Amino acid sequence: MDFEYSDDQSLLKDSVDRFIQNNYGFEQRRKLVATDEGYSDKNWSQFAELGWLGMPFPEQYGGFGGTPVETMIVMEAFGTGLVAEPYLPTVVLGGGAILHGGSEEQKQAILPAVAEGKLKLALAFAERQSRYNLADVETSAKKDGGSYVLNGMKGVVFGAPSADKIIVVARTSGQSRDADGISLFLVDKDAQGLRVRGYPTADGLRAGEVYLDNVKVGADALVGEEGKGLPLLEKVIDHGIAAISAEAVGAMKALNDMTLEYLKTREQFGQPIGRFQVLQHRMVDMFIAHEEAKSMAMMAAMRVDEADETERKKAMSAAKVQIGKSARYVGQQGIQLHGGIGMTDEYAAGHYFKRLTMIDRSFGDTDFHLKRFADL
Amino acid sequence: MDLRFSPEEEAFREKVRAWVREKLPQDIREKVDRGFELSCDDLRRWMKILSAEGWIATNWDKKDGGPGFTAGQKYLFEDELFLGGAPRTIHFGTRMVGPVLLAFGTEEQKRKYIPKILTSEEIWSQGYSEPGSGSDLASLKLSAVRDGDHYVVNGTKIWSSHAHCADRMFALTRTSTTGKKQEGITCLLIDLKAPGVTIRPIITIDGRHVFNQEFFDDVRVPVEDRVGEEGEGWRIAKYLLGHERSNASWISITKRTLVKTKEIAAEERVSGGRLIDDEVFRHKIADCEQELQTLELTALRTLSAAAADKPMDLGQAGLIKLRTAEVIKRVNELSMEAGAYYAQPFEPQAIRGGWNEEPVGPDYLFRMAPDYFEARAMSIAGGSNEIQKNIIAKGVLGL
Amino acid sequence: MDLRFTPEEQAFRKEVREWVAANLPRDIKEKVDRGIELTCDDFSRWMRILSERGWIATNWPKEAGGPGLNIAQKYILEEEIFLGGAPRTVHFGTRMVGPVLLRYGTEEQKKKYLPKILTSEEIWCQGYSEPGAGSDLASLKTSAVRDGDHYVVNGTKIWTSYAHCADRMFALVRTSVEPKKQDGITVLLIDLKLPGLTVRPIITIDGRHHFNQEFFDNVRVPVEDRVGEEGQGWAIAKYLLGHERSNGSGVSMIKWRATKLREMASKERADGERLENEPAFRRKIAELESDLRALELTSLRVLASASADKPIGPEASVLKFRMACMQQAVTELMMEAGAYYAHPLDREALRGQSNAEQVGPDYQFRMAPEYFQMRGTSIAGGSNEIQKNIIAKRVLGL
Repeated sequence: MDFEYSDDQSLLKDSVDRFIQNNYGFEQRRKLVATDEGYSDKNWSQFAELGWLGMPFPEQYGGFGGTPVETMIVMEAFGTGLVAEPYLPTVVLGGGAILHGGSEEQKQAILPAVAEGKLKLALAFAERQSRYNLADVETSAKKDGGSYVLNGMKGVVFGAPSADKIIVVARTSGQSRDADGISLFLVDKDAQGLRVRGYPTADGLRAGEVYLDNVKVGADALVGEEGKGLPLLEKVIDHGIAAISAEAVGAMKALNDMTLEYLKTREQFGQPIGRFQVLQHRMVDMFIAHEEAKSMAMMAAMRVDEADETERKKAMSAAKVQIGKSARYVGQQGIQLHGGIGMTDEYAAGHYFKRLTMIDRSFGDTDFHLKRFADL
Repeated sequence: MDLRFSPEEEAFREKVRAWVREKLPQDIREKVDRGFELSCDDLRRWMKILSAEGWIATNWDKKDGGPGFTAGQKYLFEDELFLGGAPRTIHFGTRMVGPVLLAFGTEEQKRKYIPKILTSEEIWSQGYSEPGSGSDLASLKLSAVRDGDHYVVNGTKIWSSHAHCADRMFALTRTSTTGKKQEGITCLLIDLKAPGVTIRPIITIDGRHVFNQEFFDDVRVPVEDRVGEEGEGWRIAKYLLGHERSNASWISITKRTLVKTKEIAAEERVSGGRLIDDEVFRHKIADCEQELQTLELTALRTLSAAAADKPMDLGQAGLIKLRTAEVIKRVNELSMEAGAYYAQPFEPQAIRGGWNEEPVGPDYLFRMAPDYFEARAMSIAGGSNEIQKNIIAKGVLGL
Repeated sequence: MDLRFTPEEQAFRKEVREWVAANLPRDIKEKVDRGIELTCDDFSRWMRILSERGWIATNWPKEAGGPGLNIAQKYILEEEIFLGGAPRTVHFGTRMVGPVLLRYGTEEQKKKYLPKILTSEEIWCQGYSEPGAGSDLASLKTSAVRDGDHYVVNGTKIWTSYAHCADRMFALVRTSVEPKKQDGITVLLIDLKLPGLTVRPIITIDGRHHFNQEFFDNVRVPVEDRVGEEGQGWAIAKYLLGHERSNGSGVSMIKWRATKLREMASKERADGERLENEPAFRRKIAELESDLRALELTSLRVLASASADKPIGPEASVLKFRMACMQQAVTELMMEAGAYYAHPLDREALRGQSNAEQVGPDYQFRMAPEYFQMRGTSIAGGSNEIQKNIIAKRVLGL
């Protein structure tokens, strides 16, 4: 039982922290997310150079062979700077789907390119009606000789506008919400019949609606076994949960730090407002919320590779519930303690609050995971 | 980073589990399980069994008579003890007097008191709070006036847990009223059988007798029972605070309570089905389980930091104390909710055991309302949640 | 004790309902419905329609041009207007300037300003907060120095709602520095078109433009636009506070949002079923509605206990506090209802300035932006913490 970083992990943490410090000041980030793409190619190549884009991939695919703990370290630091590059969709979700379910050929074709920064991915799993139910898939994939024809719509696909390839979750058989009959397909963004309606999200990131109109893909586009995609998807999303839990912890820490600083410097009634006990206790509750979230994010990183599927899901749900509770509290109170300035677009606190809010709307909210935790 | 315990630690866990199963007297186990009040004799019997195994002073170094547990073992030991249904012990001897005498005591004091703590022959209580000194402990007034080779003690102490079972008290007294209020405080070891000491039971809202108030009327305490110097009491108390807070045993007790809550919810019926299958109730239980898990992981983080020789994190210690209080209150509240109408029967005589009227309701009746009532004290005793927050705000956040 | 409304009151309710249905412009109703930002013109149009009906200054006495409604009627009017899908108005003219001028203004000031408030020809904003004076309002610093027939105003005001739509500002300024900071404050009516005055928009985290900051650089305000005496500003502000408390309740806005929430929950799907049937969500809605009922009844109790000679006291802080909680709770649930569709947020579309293809349901902007915006309700107009301080001190005697 050990919660300490190894020497290599400490080095990694120092290097990501340094990158954030130098490249992700609030004004820098504001400018970045206001551009059309919403992120920086220069940052992306730097991620590649520093080895972060191949962090979870084995060395034979150009990766670093990192465990989920390394991903946690990267994501936590990203959270402190609200990093806007599509790391989660490309490396954790898209890369994760190929890593955990792809064929040898797919791994060789995709993972090194991702690690080098040449290829961006997205995972299209949600649909308009699905909420957080991963089996609620209506997009269809019909077998047509040696190929598949995809039809339907995937909603709120993180990173879709920047992705070169999109992994589309579609139904090859069965009814909506059947566990069986779900398949994953690796589709080129410029495939005929595929259209992305991109847009910014509330936290300043980018997502898109992906429309599929008779998109034809070969059998080699299938990721994993036909009709058996749900366990793979669940596993990848669980990795997503571990990753954004860490991101949330970083964002909470940053918001707590700036709130604490504000309490010490903002004066009203002739004294720093941090002298008021009501506000002190609130700040303590925010401190506790962050610490508890951190405990669970660490647990999530250590258990997401757990072989027992039920245990893994249960652990990820417990983590996500805590992240949801803590993120909500820290986000809301971070704004409250800042007062009016916290409500403005030109101040950092609101942006942390919004990312924290959207993290709770990703991969299942607190209620969803409490239910999954209770049901397992 | 790794969540697993080592194979040696797992083996140790198994050993403790088997031992508790074998050694915990059946009658005591049942009383704990059903929420009956334990008698002084029950508590003493169990403490002597732990002593016989050398497992009473788990926080002491081996050279002082402790079992020499690592931080991990200590955690596993307590976890197994409480999951196995054991009661809490009266631990002021091992948790307070031992550490204090080892650090501040004279050789004579050590010789006189430590062996009997290790054998559980003598039981100690804690004399801190007074009617006028709750959260503001340093304002205590119990006066000790030097008279030759004795201190003459006058005043009162309150909220002393199990003082009615105890032989001696570790007390903070006031030997001087000049200067800062923290400066005139002195530690005395007081024999509760000395003339002039009277103990009044305080029955709490759950109907149980745990707390007491003591009145001291010209009680003569020999000077050799003063620990440290005159005026050194506050420093000693602060030294102890560090020891006390690292105690995560309440988490294990809460785990056991949650198991019991689930048992109760599996017995209770709602619309013909089991309460535990009711969607809303199930989610409430899941919520407690999740919070408890978070708490336990946070406690394990502090253990891991201790094992890595990192300094004790004051913030984490305080947060564990106050979050444990919140969670245990919630879990007990759920047991009460589970009871519905059967949370209402309340016969304080019955909770003491040995009362022969026909029992009412299920055999876990006392785990419902009384435990809920009793648990409210968790965020008051030992430094209220508000005080914990003050400590974190000041000590950790610099507010 | 009787909870029912009288037959006359019920008839009045019907009258208002039908009037709103017939007179609220369709485009405005749709914007409100979808959470799209209203333009200044939208506000002005709707306010003029209310003016024509005589329902703009519901809090004014009849002789001053108010509609002469009793408490129940006022309550009903406000409720039906909001339940009918109308927007809030920019109400500083009727809520602040009117009552203050009626009590403290000169005849000339009344003649000059009140008619245009009643017709909604002129829109007013409130100049209270400053960057350094938030919860501690009395520490305000914007200075007004007498120079002949004018005051020369310098400084800045912030968090002024709709100043970008307004013609004039009701401002608290400092005319002298006194040992007690509440002394030395004076009320000025400031024409926002005066030279030296600039208005800077503040975009909030929801992406909308609601607040502004104004900079005053030697702005010359005629002395005849001072209300009351020099140094009387704090007393006037306190008088207003009492007056403001008796102004409706805001509960109807929350009730309207609760109906929107129900609509959304019946349209959104969870596991193939309507979200409103999902046990956890269903329970949250039920909890919200029961809290809402408690708030409504408390607010009715407070309103009913008030009268002209016994204005609502500090108990109003209870309402303000609970109102903020409820606004936040209902908008948070709307966001939760959205699940993944709470993510998209196209700011141009939110402003009604985009022709791009619609993303998600047509109530998409009711999700995240409303939730973000409502975080401000526990800050603006006296934060929750300040309300609790007031209750602790003035109700509980702590």
